[in-house]
Amino acid sequence: MQTRTPRPACDPWDVAPPEYGPDTPLVLAAEGHHGPIIHAMTEAAAAMGATRGARVVDVRSLCPDLLALPADLAGDAAALGRMALWSRRWCPWSATDGADGLVLDTTGAAHLWGGEAAMLADMRDRLGDLGQEARLAIAPTHGAAWALARYGDPQEISHPDALRARLAALPVAALRLDAATLLTLRRLGLKRIGDLMLLPRATLDRRFGRDGKALMTPLRRLDQALGHLPEPVVSPAPPRRYRAVQRLAEPILDPQPSLPGLLRVLCNDLARDGQGLRALRLDLYHVDGQASVFEAVTARATRDPAHLFRLLERRFEGLDAGFGFDTLAVEATCVEPQTAAQTRLDGDDDADLATATLIDRLTSRMGPRAVQRSTPRPSHLPERAEIWRPTGDTPRANRLAPGGLGGGGLIAPPRERPIRLLQAPEPIEVLYAVPEGPPVRFKWRRRPYLIRRHQGPERLSPEWWHATSTARLRDYYKVEVSDGARYWLFREGIAGDGRGGDPDWFLHGLFA
Amino acid sequence: MLSKADMCCPAVTEVFTTSRDGAATAFLLAQLASRRGPILWVQDRLSAQEGGLPYGRGIAGITGQDRPILRVAARTPAEALWAMEEGLECSALSAVIGEVWGSPKVLDFTATKRLALRSQRSKVPLWVLRSDAEPSLSVAPDRWRVASAPSTDNTLDARAPGEALWSAELFRSRTRRPGTWVASHDRASDRLHLVAPLRDGAVGEDADPHPAPRLRPLGRGAA
Repeated sequence: MQTRTPRPACDPWDVAPPEYGPDTPLVLAAEGHHGPIIHAMTEAAAAMGATRGARVVDVRSLCPDLLALPADLAGDAAALGRMALWSRRWCPWSATDGADGLVLDTTGAAHLWGGEAAMLADMRDRLGDLGQEARLAIAPTHGAAWALARYGDPQEISHPDALRARLAALPVAALRLDAATLLTLRRLGLKRIGDLMLLPRATLDRRFGRDGKALMTPLRRLDQALGHLPEPVVSPAPPRRYRAVQRLAEPILDPQPSLPGLLRVLCNDLARDGQGLRALRLDLYHVDGQASVFEAVTARATRDPAHLFRLLERRFEGLDAGFGFDTLAVEATCVEPQTAAQTRLDGDDDADLATATLIDRLTSRMGPRAVQRSTPRPSHLPERAEIWRPTGDTPRANRLAPGGLGGGGLIAPPRERPIRLLQAPEPIEVLYAVPEGPPVRFKWRRRPYLIRRHQGPERLSPEWWHATSTARLRDYYKVEVSDGARYWLFREGIAGDGRGGDPDWFLHGLFA
Repeated sequence: MLSKADMCCPAVTEVFTTSRDGAATAFLLAQLASRRGPILWVQDRLSAQEGGLPYGRGIAGITGQDRPILRVAARTPAEALWAMEEGLECSALSAVIGEVWGSPKVLDFTATKRLALRSQRSKVPLWVLRSDAEPSLSVAPDRWRVASAPSTDNTLDARAPGEALWSAELFRSRTRRPGTWVASHDRASDRLHLVAPLRDGAVGEDADPHPAPRLRPLGRGAA
């Protein structure tokens, strides 16, 4: 059985902005040797002349309002792999076939679905529910199914007696040949598979297969499609599921005493395979048929039962036990490889591990956004240059060179930066001698300040590449007021820059 | 001058300041400069709102390059205290800084006692930064009150502020004599200098160190 989804990458409505309808000529572009080439296209784009493999610039000359988006080839391959696992609902043996196909060995499985036709109808409906338009074919061999799915009817079942006659009517491209062989065959005038079948085998063997491509000769492919040569399907093993279940003879009201043993079983399973878990789920099944689900995530892969227990035990404070629980199950919902690490000889904990454990404990109680890490970003505006982001969603960013140190290959601002930055710049009332000059007095949070010394201005332009056209520049001053406190003030805009009225003053940070 | 060994003993230290002043933040960071490991910085909601967030580029000017800071955004003072306790159990941290705004009821003698016991056990120093707060009962052996002082002269630009100076008052201590100093941080040698404040300006017995402002008549009719 072969399933073919003709445009797996062209799920364009997921990636395209919503204002583009199905009539928009939209193509997905992959990198080619001479610029982007078309990887997949919508029907509207195909009607305008787009073909697979054509260069985007060529097609754009035919169709000026062509919309090209980058194709996600790695993501497509991963999605197809997941779909191959999902398709085991119909039969236990499935694999991906090329970049856009699935192959299922349905031998002995079709009668469970009421016959081959009923199974194909079920497949079409369920794939349609997923938003996939699939071409399906059932044939006695892998090669024949591949050919029928791509070059036959949209939904076709081939019987062993009629296989030879059906294949003879298909073009030679249905034999899974490479482009050079296809070109040779076209030059020889061999267009249908039937033309090849009429030729003597010795002739075909002599003409092809001498250039080191013995596995993809027309003769070999023909034998595979007709079933004279075996072509086994290699089905990848499903990812292992790590789950430990404990069924209790008597319902219990407090799950905490049985939990450490259950977690130990799970962690032993993980340790045997060299895996650590990043996300954990605990299911508590009530006697009355309900279930309570608790989830916890960890900052790095772990298989320490005591740590996992501490993450879960805080959740039981508001647990309604009802009539009690009779089944407990823990499952590692996200695993990643974790090698065994040697602890230090002096008996101390590993510092990284201890910090990650602390982050887990804090986030499990205070929420995933509570623990934050400073993330530098490529910007020169102070509040955008460095933001506090939750530790969970920060990939370990390369830390920029901090102020004035100049390491790390990036140029840090040579100016002094405040030690605390207000969450948002606060407007202040300012007295100044000249509008473009430094301030003399200001009033912040209803208290007046007299400026004794000032340094500046340091002018920071707006980031025109993602700011609006009315964004104004800032002139920053470091000022010291009469009692010694040092502040970072800025004037937003200058008078007469055509971007608003009189400039406003703000206080943005506190210096050491 | 106070040696670093005296000041870095693992303990609970309270620093009182106003939320309008960055001096206390710099004062405690200057004393953490020599320790390795990440800093856990716990802020409750009000202190983040009043005093702003720590800014890494400015902090790097004091502590040196690679000091990762884990900031914990607590909603309430009680949650901040819980996060501080959790942090004090992790000996991989170089310090825990807890910012609590005002004088909440949960930060009482018992709470500071719990924090001090955990700090002694894990040898992680705890600095409690109390902005806009009144000193209440506490077990902290050292309690400071820190404010900004006028900076030194800038040799390059006479109008600009120079090196930062802080006026640090140790108003209660179990280990040494309380006193008032003018503190400055020497980045190159990584030392915190404390010197006695200069007393000048007042000459003679009667001179008032804080002269009352002289009233000036306002308006046209005044003589």
